Amino acid sequence: MANYQVNKTYQEINEKIKKGQAVVVTAEEIIDIVRRKGEAEAARTVDVVTTGTFSPMCSSGAILNFGHTKPPIKASRVWLNNVPAYAGLAAVDVYLGATEPAGDDPLNKVYPGEFKYGGGHVIQDLVAGKAVHLVAEAYGTDCYPNKRVEKDVTLGQLPNAVLFNPRNCYQNYNCAVNLSNRTIYTYMGPLRPRAGNANFCTAGQLSPLFNDPYYRTIGIGTRIFLGGGVGYVCFPGTQHNPGKPRGENGIPLGPAGTLMVMGDLQKMSARYLVGVSLLGYGCSLTVGLGIPIPLLNEEIAHFCAVTDDQLLAPVVDYGHDYPEATGRILGHVTYTQLKSGKMDLDGQEVLTVPLSSLVRAREVAQLLKEWIQKGQFLLGEPVELLPGSDAIHCVPTASRDS
Amino acid sequence: MHAEMLVLQFPREVVDQPIIYRLVKDFSLEFNLLRAAINPQQEGLIVMELRGHPQDFRRGLKYLRKAGVKVRQVAREVGRNEESCYQCGTCTAVCPTRALYIERPAMAVAFDAARCSACELCCQVCPAHAMEVRLNREAV
Repeated sequence: MANYQVNKTYQEINEKIKKGQAVVVTAEEIIDIVRRKGEAEAARTVDVVTTGTFSPMCSSGAILNFGHTKPPIKASRVWLNNVPAYAGLAAVDVYLGATEPAGDDPLNKVYPGEFKYGGGHVIQDLVAGKAVHLVAEAYGTDCYPNKRVEKDVTLGQLPNAVLFNPRNCYQNYNCAVNLSNRTIYTYMGPLRPRAGNANFCTAGQLSPLFNDPYYRTIGIGTRIFLGGGVGYVCFPGTQHNPGKPRGENGIPLGPAGTLMVMGDLQKMSARYLVGVSLLGYGCSLTVGLGIPIPLLNEEIAHFCAVTDDQLLAPVVDYGHDYPEATGRILGHVTYTQLKSGKMDLDGQEVLTVPLSSLVRAREVAQLLKEWIQKGQFLLGEPVELLPGSDAIHCVPTASRDS
Repeated sequence: MHAEMLVLQFPREVVDQPIIYRLVKDFSLEFNLLRAAINPQQEGLIVMELRGHPQDFRRGLKYLRKAGVKVRQVAREVGRNEESCYQCGTCTAVCPTRALYIERPAMAVAFDAARCSACELCCQVCPAHAMEVRLNREAV
């Protein structure tokens, strides 16, 4: 059992939130507080640190139930605005994936494909309140005789709509460059030849899993800001890999932890769920996601005070190494450098380009902070922490046994 | 759909040919005349908006040039839809004139229209389709 100077519980913090007395700051604001007051005092005075990220997250989608029709249908093939949804579920349940392109999209036949409309765009249109054209086909059964349904639906008319994202919120990610001699179009954006630009896509010191690197507070049941509404961490994300090499400060040096999240789509907003087209790659969904981290003890305050200069992203060549899956890393770069606009790659000055919006990530963290301050959002205590949370990690600080 | 404002100069030799008719018939392009000064046996001038499928548009333009018409593409500008732009910064990777750049430390994406050369590279790469080609009627 760890021996901390500060010991707070979720219940205590939630009581303060209900009374409107909780002290809440963002993951950028906590940095200075810890610097000034020290970790223990920061943990004593601050109750919750809010984080945020706003980035394309391809492993996203929505579970939609479009309601039973008369006569009933057991849909086997379904399209929403001509984007195919997976219908291999019960009668009128479908799963619409964010990267699914429209049925008649020319894809990469005219390279680089524009992927103007796909699953992510349908999700954004639904959340924006727009009517979406639904077509369902079935082979017909004795109990479900209907073979075709065609109608316009809005999000409000759907009996259920749940955003369900199998892998979001990557803990760290690659910085992408292209060492080949031609421009390439990737999920990391356009990469000009001979390392013309270096693209990165996390919010750095504001990003959720950078602030809780050992998943001490984030687990199954954590209540989060998701797409402008309320969501939950429901499981470790796919490819969750806590065993990735870490720096001395405990922060993974490459993509490591991930989260599976879900929430009521009907309460979300089109400002924080944006359908996107990645030239030459495909469609996706940009997701606004924020996680509150309770300062239960000084160790958590220590982790939340992490700064961009302590966070390292691996530099990967998407011209050769990524498509060949060689696993080669060209080096590491700090988020301070990435956010500065240029970085050094073997003596060459390279333009750095963000793909995630820090402006909107800050908005997410700020909004979540206000919800908690107003007592509208309570912390969810995880029923189980994520794999990797049991790792013993000694924070190199005196008078602490963690 | 692609639209552009064009200034067409017809040399004397082609003034009597049904060139605009061919644009409509062979390339399925729509046109909207804003000004026309055509006199038989003299040089002609037409200002018009031409719109259609990007591929048809390119072919139509090629036809015009081959027919001997001098084509100037004017009054084309790139604008940003502030509602759609979520300030990521992807466009700054391709903008050749640095009209799109990142303001630090806010990390906001700024757009300086005065520095924009209307190359349209950003229109293609913007994930949110926030960069749009517009026609500047005042410039005609």
